[in-house]
Amino acid sequence: MTNWSLTEPSNTQKYVAGTLVAIYALVTLLPILWILSTGFKTPTDSIAYPPKLIFEPTLEGYVNLFTTQTRQTEEYLANNPPNNWYEQIVHDKGMVIAGPSRFGERFLNSVIIGFGSTFLSVFLGTLAAYAFSRYKVPLKDDLLFFILSTRMMPPIAVAIPIFLMFRTLGLSDTHAGMILLYTAVNLSLAVWLLKGFIDEIPIEYEEAALIDGYTRFQAFIKVVLPQATTGIASTAIFCLIFAWNEYAFAVLLTSGTAQTAPPFIPTIIGVGGQDWPAVAAGATLFLVPVMVFTILLRRHLLRGITFGAVRK
Amino acid sequence: MKVSPLEKAAEATPQKLGRSIRGLSDRAIAWIFVTPTILLLLAINIFPLIWTIRLSFTNYRANRPNADIKFIGLRNYERILTDSDIWQTMQATAHFLFWTLLLQVVIGFALAWLINRKFKGTGLWTTIIVLPMMLSPAVVGNFWTFLYQPQIGLFNYLISFLTTIDPSSFTMIGEVSLAPWAIVIVDTWMWTPFVMLICLAGLRSIPDYIYEAAECDRASSWRQFWTITIPMVLPFLMLAVLFRGIENFKMFDLVVLLTGGGPGSTTELTSINLKREAFEKWRTGYASAYAVILFVTIFGLASIYVKALNKVKDR
Repeated sequence: MTNWSLTEPSNTQKYVAGTLVAIYALVTLLPILWILSTGFKTPTDSIAYPPKLIFEPTLEGYVNLFTTQTRQTEEYLANNPPNNWYEQIVHDKGMVIAGPSRFGERFLNSVIIGFGSTFLSVFLGTLAAYAFSRYKVPLKDDLLFFILSTRMMPPIAVAIPIFLMFRTLGLSDTHAGMILLYTAVNLSLAVWLLKGFIDEIPIEYEEAALIDGYTRFQAFIKVVLPQATTGIASTAIFCLIFAWNEYAFAVLLTSGTAQTAPPFIPTIIGVGGQDWPAVAAGATLFLVPVMVFTILLRRHLLRGITFGAVRK
Repeated sequence: MKVSPLEKAAEATPQKLGRSIRGLSDRAIAWIFVTPTILLLLAINIFPLIWTIRLSFTNYRANRPNADIKFIGLRNYERILTDSDIWQTMQATAHFLFWTLLLQVVIGFALAWLINRKFKGTGLWTTIIVLPMMLSPAVVGNFWTFLYQPQIGLFNYLISFLTTIDPSSFTMIGEVSLAPWAIVIVDTWMWTPFVMLICLAGLRSIPDYIYEAAECDRASSWRQFWTITIPMVLPFLMLAVLFRGIENFKMFDLVVLLTGGGPGSTTELTSINLKREAFEKWRTGYASAYAVILFVTIFGLASIYVKALNKVKDR
């Protein structure tokens, strides 16, 4: 039941607007659907012309993503029948699995560095944001502007001295180095966002707690933190997504042990060029968690991407 | 009553430490809370910045750490500002900036305006539209090279499907005339939702009674759009342009994986050029001067822009 109103759009208007938006949404979704579907194609299907919409799904891309393979003679293949479904897939191409690929490690690096830096930046960020929100810290306004302006530097420009610094300190290509770096980059976002969330918690609650005999620290732990949970959680997701997606620092400062997935996925090579189903499989595994988080986060999305400048 | 993890942690804290934490003054707490953040930012943001400025006056090369470092004054700056190649990358960056901002503002605003018609399923469609901007630009940029392949790529196929142009007759990322547009298309696909979300917040912040009053005064909907909607959304739109402008001036990941700066140097944006100087040619001193110039440019433009933005806001 709708209330009659001067400003309520007419049904025709709604219908037209809805159709146009739906068309845009479907077009914009195409490349993402293409990534998801290519992961389940055979290499031949993936480069078919015209592009195949209906195909027989296979896990070959995923098997290629996680394994390295070598070609074998027919005799060897006949004497060594496959033991399970993924060996079967490789066997059908006349190859055998030589070992696991690097993808698992790289993915794990992304997880370690992403969660490590997220935890650190939210922890430090919450403390700093509380202080900025509740106390008269000297130079407060300058500090906040300074924190924001660190984001204006192109990552490559920052990477030059960081590269030298890490080389001197032995932090190049280490998890610790990347966690510290991402924490520093994320802190500006975390402090800004969290300050906004904490500003919204009425100071009267703490004052009441203080009168009841709580100390400042107890009031912070028992009154402010529980109320800031939503804010802390959404800030954490933003930090995680940034660290998860970051490419420039990762490609310049890591090469082996601490390399994350984004610099790795584009280097997946098959026979004669990029193995697109394997790339798509890697991309799928890498992108799906972010999509899930985006859907969970949709109410706070605007605030996160604008550094808290726009609140809804 | 359930014991919360926090209470458990409080019990586990030694009495002595607990008492000393509890007894802290407000001032001490403020400093304890802020110091780690400031130290980390000093170590990873300010210190490197100062180091970059220092390096920019030298001929240091990071691949020869043992060679003598000579101070050469302003020579690096002089060389950069007179280098015609760098002006070409600036031009490529300007082209990229102009068209991505224009397209994203127009499409983003239009979408927000349509979504604000409050039809059914707004939430679902908005969530779908927002997805691209949250994805990893590197992974997405890499996959778009596949979509852009002549003959087999989905993009070429759809273009030929709609216009009957032969899909193998053009290569979006391989031709000098098309490559700058290839990166504009992907960036627009990825970041239009960002502008849209901010515009939507702007549109939703306009109270209904203003339109109702205009309706009573018999203002046409065209007139309402230009005298109410646009002026009220403008500060939001300008904010979106500020964020996108800074981001796209720094643009690296998406474009480097799409075109790698090629063909030739048609899509070599400043960040890609900078990476080449710093991490391929290893001209560290020169690249540092370059970085300082870029930072000053972004900072200067952003400050001027923020002033204009505040003026619009206060109006």
